[in-house]
Amino acid sequence: MGTRGVGRLRRNAQFLLLSALALGLGGCSLPTFGGFRGATTQGQTEFKLWSWMTIAGAVVAVIVWGLILWAIIAYRRRDPEKMPKQFQSNLPVEVIYTVIPLIIVGFIFFYTVGAENKIDALAPNPPVRIRVTGFQWGWSFSYTNAAGKQIALVETAQPRPPLLAASPLSSEYPRFVLPLGETTQITLVSNDVVHTFYVPAFNFGRQALPGVTNVFDFTPVKTGVYAGHCATYCGLYHSEMLFSVAVVGPSAFHKWLNAESAELAAS
Amino acid sequence: MTVLAERPVSFAEAPEPHHEHGPSGFLKWVTSTDHKVIGKNYTVTAVIFFLLAGAMAMLIRAQLANPDSTLLSQHTYNEMFTMHGSLMIYLFVGPVAFGGLANYIVPLQIGAPDMAFPRLNALSYWLYLGGGLLMMTGFLTTGSAADFGWVAYAPLSNSINTPGAGPDLWIVALILTGFSAIFTGVNLVSTIYYLRAPGMTMFRMPIFTWNMLVTGILILIAFPVFTSALVFLWCDRHLGAHIFEVQGGGVPVLWQDLFWFFGHPEVYILALPFFGIVTDVIAVFSRKPIFGYRGMVFATISIAALSTSVWAHHMFTTGVVLLPFFSLMSYLIAVPTGIKFFNWIGTMWRGSVKFDTPMLFCIGFLGTFLVGGVSGILLASPPIDFATHDTYFVVAHFHSVVMALVMGAFAGFFYWYPKMTGRMLREGLGKATFWLMFIGTNVTFDPQYLLGLKGMPRRIAEYAASDGYTTLNRISSVGAAIIFISVAIFVVNVVVSWWNPIPAGDNPWDAATLEWATTSPPPHHNFLKIPPIRSRRPVWDYNHPEDRILDHAHKPRLGELVAAGGGTAVLLDEIGFDGEDGAGSREPDR
Repeated sequence: MGTRGVGRLRRNAQFLLLSALALGLGGCSLPTFGGFRGATTQGQTEFKLWSWMTIAGAVVAVIVWGLILWAIIAYRRRDPEKMPKQFQSNLPVEVIYTVIPLIIVGFIFFYTVGAENKIDALAPNPPVRIRVTGFQWGWSFSYTNAAGKQIALVETAQPRPPLLAASPLSSEYPRFVLPLGETTQITLVSNDVVHTFYVPAFNFGRQALPGVTNVFDFTPVKTGVYAGHCATYCGLYHSEMLFSVAVVGPSAFHKWLNAESAELAAS
Repeated sequence: MTVLAERPVSFAEAPEPHHEHGPSGFLKWVTSTDHKVIGKNYTVTAVIFFLLAGAMAMLIRAQLANPDSTLLSQHTYNEMFTMHGSLMIYLFVGPVAFGGLANYIVPLQIGAPDMAFPRLNALSYWLYLGGGLLMMTGFLTTGSAADFGWVAYAPLSNSINTPGAGPDLWIVALILTGFSAIFTGVNLVSTIYYLRAPGMTMFRMPIFTWNMLVTGILILIAFPVFTSALVFLWCDRHLGAHIFEVQGGGVPVLWQDLFWFFGHPEVYILALPFFGIVTDVIAVFSRKPIFGYRGMVFATISIAALSTSVWAHHMFTTGVVLLPFFSLMSYLIAVPTGIKFFNWIGTMWRGSVKFDTPMLFCIGFLGTFLVGGVSGILLASPPIDFATHDTYFVVAHFHSVVMALVMGAFAGFFYWYPKMTGRMLREGLGKATFWLMFIGTNVTFDPQYLLGLKGMPRRIAEYAASDGYTTLNRISSVGAAIIFISVAIFVVNVVVSWWNPIPAGDNPWDAATLEWATTSPPPHHNFLKIPPIRSRRPVWDYNHPEDRILDHAHKPRLGELVAAGGGTAVLLDEIGFDGEDGAGSREPDR
C-alpha cells in the first residue's frame, strides 16, 4: 500500500471515529434497537449503555456469522476424492482470539460499572419519597414526608380482579404521580411473595422481595403517562397486577399532592 | 486400569463373538443393565417428554396469539408454562444428553464394555422415569399440577400460596430426578476416569467424552444443592420449617440463591454435551481433525468453573447481590465460548464440508447459539438487565440458547441413530426438519426480543389490544407452528426408518472416533475388536493411513521415556503431560 493509500485509510478512520463520537455525545441520535430511550435520567444512562453494547454485539455477531458463512461456502465439498490438509492448531491465531475477547470484556465491564453506579446512586435528601408495596395482586403507593409520615396514598382498588385484559393505563389500575426534573426516592417492599416493580419506559425494574427493603431514585425528564407491570410471576392474577405512572410539571405535581393529602386527611 | 489389560487390544485378533444371554423384548427393557439399552430407554422417554412439553408450548402460543384471549383460563395458563418449562429443562434437555446420548456413546467412544456401575445406571433411569411420571400425575390431582413457574420462587411455592398435591408431586419428582442425575454424574466421571481402553489417554478422548466428564463434575456440584433445596422446600410446606419464610426468621431470597446456584451450572450441564456433539460432528463432516483440541478442552473446563460463580446474574434486580462481581464473571464466560466458536470455524476452515443432516443441524446450532450468546452478554450487564429482566427479552434469550441446544440434540440424534439402530434416517425428511426448525426458531423467538423491549413481562396469561403486543405475538405463534411441523416430520422420519429400513453399516459418515469401529448396533459388550489407539482419531487412522496424524512420530515424548516406570506414565497422562499440540511438536506441514 502506498502513502496515498495510507492517507486515505487514516482519513476514513478519522471520519468513522468522529461520527462515532458525534453519535455518542448526542445521545438522542443513538439507535434504539427497539428499546426505550428512557424517561428518567437513570433510564437514559441505561439506554446509552444498551445502544452501545448492542452495536458492539451486532458487530461481533456479524463478523462471526460472516466467518461461519465463509467457511461453509468456500470450503464446501466439491471434489469427494480430494482430502483436505489435516492441520489441527495454530497457536498465534488461538492466542489472538483468546486475548481480543478479553480486551472487549474489559471495556464493556468498565462502562457497565460506570452506568450501574449512576443508576443505583441515591440522592442524600430527595424532595419526594414514596413507599411502594407490592401485594397479591396490586400495588400501594404511599407518599411520605422526610419524617416517614404518610401524606398521600394511591392503591389498587380491586385486588382480586376479574379477567380484564385492559391496558395498564386504564383507570381500573392505580396511577401515581412524579414531578418532572425532581428526584423521587422509592422504597420498595412486599409482604407476601416476590413481585417486580417494573416501568418499561424508565428502563427499570426491581424486585419487591419479602424481608428486603429496596431503595432507588427516579429523576423524570419527560412528561407523560407510562405503563407499569409486575414482572415476576406472583400467582394466579399476575397478569392483572398493573399500574401506571404520570410525570407532570412540579407545580401540577404539588397541586395534585395537596389534593390527595386533603382527601387522605378527610377520610 | 489393570482390569482393562485383560481385554483384547489388537484389532486383528478378534475373539469369537460374545453372545448375549438374557431376556428379550419387554423383559429386557425392564431388567437390563446394559448402557445401550438404558441409553435408548432414556432417549425415548426424554423425547416423549419433549413432545408433551412441545404440545404445551403450542397451547401457550395459541393463547397469546390474540389479545384478551380466553382460550385458557389464567390458572390453566399458569400450569402450562410451569409444566412446559419443567418438562423441557428437568426431563428433556438434560436427561436426553447425559442419560440418553452420553450413556450410549461415552463407553463406545472410550472403548469400554459398559458404564462403571451398570446397576446404578439402571437405578438412575428408573428414578428418572418415576420422577417424570410423578410430575405428570399432578394433572390428575383435584387441585392442579404445579403452577408456580419452573423456578418455584419462595414464598410463592409455600403451602399457603400454592397448596395442594400437584406442587408436592412436582417437588418429590425433582428430588427423585435429582438423585438420578447425581448417580449418572458419578457413573460418567468414574467411567471416563477408569474404563478407558489402553492407549486412550485423556488428551486422545473425543471432545464429546471430555465434555461429558466436565458435565458429570458439574452435576456433582450443582444437583446436590438443588435436591437439598427441594427437601428444604418440602419441610417448609409440611413441617413448618420456615426456611424460606420471613415469619419465623427465614430468608425468602435464600431460595433464589440456592436455586440459581444450581440453575446456572445447570445451563452448562444442558449445553456442554451439545457443544461436544457439535465439535465431533463438524470435524467428521469437514474431514479434518478438531482445530485447537486442547483449547477446546480448557475452554470447556473454564466455562464449567466460571458457571459456578455467576448464579446471581439471575438476581440482579433483587437489590441484594454484588453487581460488579457477578457481571464480570458472566462476561468472562464469553471468552471460552468465543474460543469454542473460533475453533468450530477453524475446524471447517480449508476443510471439505459436506451438508448432511447432522452437519446442517450443527450450522443451525452455531447461528442460533450466537444470537443467544450475544443477547446473554447484554443481559449480563446489570443496567440492561434492570430494563429487561423477567420480560420476553429474557424468554427470547434463553429460547435462542435452548433451541440451539435442541438443534445440537438433533445433530447428535441424526449422527448416532445409525449406530444405535443399524438404520439410516431419511436425508430428505431430515433436511426438511432442519430448515423448518431453523426458520421456525427465528420466526418464533426473534419477535420476542422486541416484545421484551416493548415491556411485555413474561408469564402473563393475557394482554390488552391497546398494549401493542398483538402483531409480534402473532408472528411468534406462526413460528411455533412451523417448529411443530418440523418436529412432526422428524417423527415421520423415525417411523419410516422403522417400517422401511435402510441398513447403515458400521461407519456411514466416515467418522473418526472409536464408536464407529464396532458394528451398528454394537454387540453385547460393545467391541469384538478394538483398533490401536494411537491418536485422537483411531478409526480414521485405520481407514485413512495416508492422512493420519499420529502423536510424535519423530520424537519420543517424556511419557514414553518413563513408560518403563508403568504407573508414572499413566500418572503423567492423567495430568495431561504428553506435550502434543505444542508449537514444537506440531505435525509437519504436508
